[in-house]
Amino acid sequence: MRASVVVFPGSNCDRDVMDSLAEVLGITPQPVWHDDETLPEEPGLVVLPGGFSYGDYLRCGAMAARARIMKDVRRHAADGGLVLGICNGFQVLTESRLLPGAILGNRSRRFICSDCTVRVEADDTPFTSCYEKGQVLSMPIAHHEGLFFLPPDQLDELETSGQVVFRYCCPDGSLSDRCNPNGALRHIAGVRNAGGNVLGLMPHPERASESILGSQDGAPMWRSVAKWMNGGVSS
Amino acid sequence: MTFDYRQAGLRQDEYRAIQDRIGRTPTEEELRILGVMWSEHCSYKSTRSLLSTFPVRGDHVLQGPGENAGVVDIGDGLGAAFKVESHNHPSAVAPYQGAATGVGGIIRDVLAMGARPVASMDGLCFGDPDSRSVQLLADGIIRGVGGYGNAVGVPTVGGKTIWDESYTGNPLVNAMCVGLVPLDEIVSSKTARPGHIAVLVGSATGRDGIAGAAFASAELSENTSKNRPQVQIGDPFVEKLLIECCLELQRDGLIVSMQDMGAAGIVSSSSEIAAKSGVGIVIDADSVPLREKDMNLWEIALSESQERMLLIIEPPDLEKVAEKARKWDLECAAIGKVTEDGYFRMSAGGETPVNLPADMVGGGSPEIKWPSAKPEATEDSGETLPAHPPLPHNLNDLVLRMTASPRFCDRSWVFKQYDHMVQTNTVVPPGNPVSVLRIRGRDTLLAITMDTHPWYCSLDPAEGGSETLLRALRPQWVAGAEPLGMTDCLNFPSPENPRNFRVLSECVRGLARAASDMDCPVVSGNVSLYNESPRGGILPTPLVGVVGSITDQASLLRSGTTQAGDIVFVVGNDRNGLAASGYMLEAHHRLSGKPPAYDPERERYFRRNAMATATEGAARSGRAVACGGLLMTLVRECVASGTGMHLDAMPSGDLERVLFGEGDAAAVYAVPQHMEKRFCEIWADYPVTRLGSACGERLVMGDFLDLSTGSLVEAWKG
Repeated sequence: MRASVVVFPGSNCDRDVMDSLAEVLGITPQPVWHDDETLPEEPGLVVLPGGFSYGDYLRCGAMAARARIMKDVRRHAADGGLVLGICNGFQVLTESRLLPGAILGNRSRRFICSDCTVRVEADDTPFTSCYEKGQVLSMPIAHHEGLFFLPPDQLDELETSGQVVFRYCCPDGSLSDRCNPNGALRHIAGVRNAGGNVLGLMPHPERASESILGSQDGAPMWRSVAKWMNGGVSS
Repeated sequence: MTFDYRQAGLRQDEYRAIQDRIGRTPTEEELRILGVMWSEHCSYKSTRSLLSTFPVRGDHVLQGPGENAGVVDIGDGLGAAFKVESHNHPSAVAPYQGAATGVGGIIRDVLAMGARPVASMDGLCFGDPDSRSVQLLADGIIRGVGGYGNAVGVPTVGGKTIWDESYTGNPLVNAMCVGLVPLDEIVSSKTARPGHIAVLVGSATGRDGIAGAAFASAELSENTSKNRPQVQIGDPFVEKLLIECCLELQRDGLIVSMQDMGAAGIVSSSSEIAAKSGVGIVIDADSVPLREKDMNLWEIALSESQERMLLIIEPPDLEKVAEKARKWDLECAAIGKVTEDGYFRMSAGGETPVNLPADMVGGGSPEIKWPSAKPEATEDSGETLPAHPPLPHNLNDLVLRMTASPRFCDRSWVFKQYDHMVQTNTVVPPGNPVSVLRIRGRDTLLAITMDTHPWYCSLDPAEGGSETLLRALRPQWVAGAEPLGMTDCLNFPSPENPRNFRVLSECVRGLARAASDMDCPVVSGNVSLYNESPRGGILPTPLVGVVGSITDQASLLRSGTTQAGDIVFVVGNDRNGLAASGYMLEAHHRLSGKPPAYDPERERYFRRNAMATATEGAARSGRAVACGGLLMTLVRECVASGTGMHLDAMPSGDLERVLFGEGDAAAVYAVPQHMEKRFCEIWADYPVTRLGSACGERLVMGDFLDLSTGSLVEAWKG
């Protein structure tokens, strides 16, 4: 499979994602510069990595959503191509309206970098087929703005349509405010679009894909994508 | 009317030295420049002879002091570049920006060696923890460290945070950065040759931070807020672009030499390159991109606007460099030329008011020898410890109280505000005695420690200097790391007070002898004097950062990994003392007495055995005895591992000293039963006590302590 990682000025997890994909899948992802007109031919998985694109000035992800490359990222998504936004990349996706919702400042008003547990809410997406629904994953978070927000009626719609993919949970899988690090509504840590080909999440799978880093729970996400690209979701 | 040299902060003898050297009356611009370049912060004029006593050579040292950062060889063709630097005064005045720009500055120092910054650490000393203003200051400083480090994408993997009333009004912020560089790509500031051009890359130059270095070299006054213009404003976003831009330029072979524009901006960066390369340089102030109107020459020369680098390049490469800067949205301008004559010149509007020998600007200040006086004997001198209330029979309450105190409690509220995982190399995160990084694609692990012990130093500066380094070394040895070199930040009050100068000299003596005896040379460092507020001077605070290497993952001995069934040992711990111990300070608020004497022979035995224990895998968990002595070290191990311990045996001696004494080469180990024999063989020539075993969910010691691990965790988390 192929993967392309968009590099915005201020991205700082771009190399981490490329290293992680290389480590787990043995592929060589290509960096894509934010100011390019188009993605490479056959971009494969397009990743918007974590970091502080454009210094997070104005509003997290707002400027990156208007970067030149994003036009082609939208086209790629509209064509059914896979797009994954991690942390700041998730913020870029909501600012681009490729995903519903808005990401607000953490309830604590502080940056939080910490190990964290999330529950898989949907295993029928191209990104999660190697997980099982209800499985609890250990994946770190590191953000100042991670509170997922939507008005209640739209939240209901999101739930009904099965677009909630990850929720913050306690290590035993239960939901509790105590185990919700940023105050995200309904503990939402990651959502997909209606088509299922665009996913955004706050936790960092690339920080949890090698045993030496303490968790390998992020690696199945890359394997899920590889499996999907080699023949679609099995379920 | 002529400009008075005193307005530039120069002393009379310094003014005379300038006149003698150049044979004429210096211009105002020259005096202003020399006033900053000859400040303590830039010139080390009070400490140069002291610093010359540090051991700076060693098997692993590739670059000792004198460059932007030191470099040690970590094997596999890679070097680790590292340095610690203070940003104390700016942080006292503007906590967020002061701390943020401290982080940014040290990252650029490491970048200037051609190294990719891979880790930061911060030593923070705050005043009275109960004071609201101290809490606000601490909060601002911690947010500043995080705000900058998180955005720039360099993980903050550890550090040291302490509280003492002497830092109220004068907090300390010591920022350390470590970078990795292939050995054949190390950048030097000695390689400029006539004909090269000087290029400024990064932000435009403004009036921020003008003469900040001189500000850093004076005591803080009542009205520090009026010094705000001397504090720089940081932009981590631009710094991130600058890092990537400079590393791409270096990879393309376009950089001859490189210098961070930190203290004293354009002047220090360009004059230091000229002086070290044995050439001259002429800077055209009119070519410097400005963000403010009507800046005059000396303002441009001394501005400390952040996120700027000075590159020395070959003239034909200018367009390629400019193109790369455009890619990264950075300013880029050729601002000067390297010349043959050894002079540092600055011109503007067709005039050249600055025309000085480069070696005089970048290091020609006359040394100052401050008088040194032994402190008057205090009432308890000679005593190992003054009278204090006896140890209660049951220690439960005392231990819970100590565990919950700022001295011992959980620091995760600090480091959770720092991204300590970005770059995905953090193997052992902050909150452990040693922070460990992997190096992608190699077996070698990097071990980093930082420590300071101002209380020890204030009771006995020489012993304290040695103990400070040993506190950073012992955890490295226990983890199985070979320390390769150290960096130090000497934070002290005014050297003009003879007693202060004596304390400073003694601390340096203690540090230097331990560095030499323990084969841990000094490769970089920084001095911060005049740390005084109207309330008085700070405690003597030499802080050290040590970088070590672990051959492979299997040789790493972690801490906090004790399991039920393991046998718990303490090694050493019989030559400790209670003076300046965490226990005397926390339980009795006493800072007096005489700490135990430095014993290099014993430390060497400890080092050898600890390294063997780790590399042979003879223990499952190991933790050097540190603040709070054996008992608090056991508490930390129980809290971290979540395992209880039943300990019936104790080393012989006075119980209070056994439980709470510090200063010995000692460690607690959890040893799997099948390794007990091997463990005892390794430690055969060293005092060993088999304390008991790990089991259950309570820490039980003799008949004087019985606490659940849950209650300890609760107290620790607060």
